[in-house]
Amino acid sequence: MSIYNSEHEKFLKKRKRDKRIICFFQIAIIVVFLIGWELLARTKLINTFLTSSPSNVIMTIIKLHSTHELYNHIFVTVYETFLSFSIATIIGLVVATILWWFPKLAKILDPYLTIINSLPKVALGPLIIIWVGASINSIIFMALLISTIITIINIYNGFMATESNFITLLKSFKALKRQIFFKAVVPSNRLTFVNCLKINISMSLIGVIMGELLVSKQGLGYLIMYGSQVFNIDLVISSVFILGLVSYIMYYVISLIEKKLINK
Amino acid sequence: MLPILKVDNLSKTYHDMDGSVTAVLDVSFEVKDKEFISIVGPSGCGKSTILSILSNLETKSSGKITFSKENCLLGYMLQKDSLFPWRTILDNCLIGLEINGKLNAKSKQRVINLLNAYGLKDFIDKYPDSLSGGMRQRVALIRTLAIDPDILLLDEPFSALDYQTRLALSDDVYKIIKQEGKTAIMVTHDLAEAISLSDRIIVLTKRPSCVKKIYDIKLTDKSTPIHNRQCKEFSIYYDKIWRDLDVHL
Ligand SMILES: Nc1ncnc2c1ncn2[C@@H]1O[C@H](COP(=O)(O)OP(=O)(O)OP(=O)(O)O)[C@@H](O)[C@H]1O
Ligand SMILES: [Mg+2]
Repeated sequence: MSIYNSEHEKFLKKRKRDKRIICFFQIAIIVVFLIGWELLARTKLINTFLTSSPSNVIMTIIKLHSTHELYNHIFVTVYETFLSFSIATIIGLVVATILWWFPKLAKILDPYLTIINSLPKVALGPLIIIWVGASINSIIFMALLISTIITIINIYNGFMATESNFITLLKSFKALKRQIFFKAVVPSNRLTFVNCLKINISMSLIGVIMGELLVSKQGLGYLIMYGSQVFNIDLVISSVFILGLVSYIMYYVISLIEKKLINK
Repeated sequence: MLPILKVDNLSKTYHDMDGSVTAVLDVSFEVKDKEFISIVGPSGCGKSTILSILSNLETKSSGKITFSKENCLLGYMLQKDSLFPWRTILDNCLIGLEINGKLNAKSKQRVINLLNAYGLKDFIDKYPDSLSGGMRQRVALIRTLAIDPDILLLDEPFSALDYQTRLALSDDVYKIIKQEGKTAIMVTHDLAEAISLSDRIIVLTKRPSCVKKIYDIKLTDKSTPIHNRQCKEFSIYYDKIWRDLDVHL
């Protein structure tokens, strides 16, 4: 018993130490990077006009913060992303369900889905602006185009990969198609749904930023575009940094949902 | 006694792009009430096909299937237990009742009683991943029994288990089936299992399979399946059926 305990303690200690080492290096990397960057900038070894510097970025962010303009941009981007994320998820679910329900329809549409999916959607950007107009609508449209198709395909593939034994079992009880769908297909695809949400949030954000780069007057994508047009690299890098933060937070929220869903 | 199920000249041909395969050809047999019947035959001869047709999972090509009573309910225990990992043991066992719209306090209590009676009392609220292979198979049987079927169809119910679990479980399953007063048709590869459990054994030929012979298993001192293996007729039946199967490697 005591041997077991001391061994277990050793194991726990090692675990803790490993964790600390990993944490240390994770922080060290970013600190070294930032200090190095700052030093190179201060000693004029790099041109801050092109590369900016951490202190400049912080100053810029503080300035953006004080004019409240920053929050407007963040809000617009988040709003657009959330909107297209929700619409894409709903359309994806509905269309995937219809495809699962009607296998013939799925077969008929299969080549079209594949083609649309493999087409780089950015190529449609100019067309969308002409059709939908240079407004928030074309940003949402762009984001939807990018995220919806992949959502449909992923969820449909998940549905089709449902363990066939589960379906046979339900059929042996004479289950209706509706019962098979809700009792076997949906519950066995919880993981598919969560993964889809994750991919979907990234895709929506990519679409929104792309749309903002092309047309908008607001949002982080606009801020980046504007910064580069007036050659304010401080602004560009600050915006990218904030964008990274925003996208991480969104991803984190999804992973919270994941934990909820995966716990049986 | 009137047979509970009568199969006449049942045939089944599968069609696919490469051609057709006749799996079952002119198979006829009868099953009496509360009888335990085994179907044995070479690999791929069409045993599962027969069970699938009986339970309406497959359509037949020709032949006639007659049940003595109207709305005869069949319970199919598939080879894989297919327990849903997201449902508790109890909820897994209730799925047939849910689907047939017969889930109520009374039928639920019946299932709970079955689980209690057959050694799964402590696992009712557990999830399938905490069960051993033998227990999972027992849950699968209770899931099949939950809808109170008139005839049980068992497709190689023990084949995924190790030898000892298999022996013990076949005793359990036999006991459960007899206590619940069910008629059973079991497909198996294992001759010893068939002889020790069955009242009759249907031996099928290679594909396209028809009935080669039907054995009435008469053992002196017939009791539990494990015990039946010691009866003196056991090895005689074994020899005969083995020769019927005509296995060439
Ligand atoms: N859905 C299907 N489509 C086409 N052929 C099939 C289908 N199901 C079974 N078969 C063929 O019918 C034959 C009989 O299959 P079945 O599964 O009934 O055999 P089995 O006796 O249960 O075999 P095993 O002993 O391996 O379980 C096999 O040759 C198989 O290839
Ligand atoms: Mg089989």
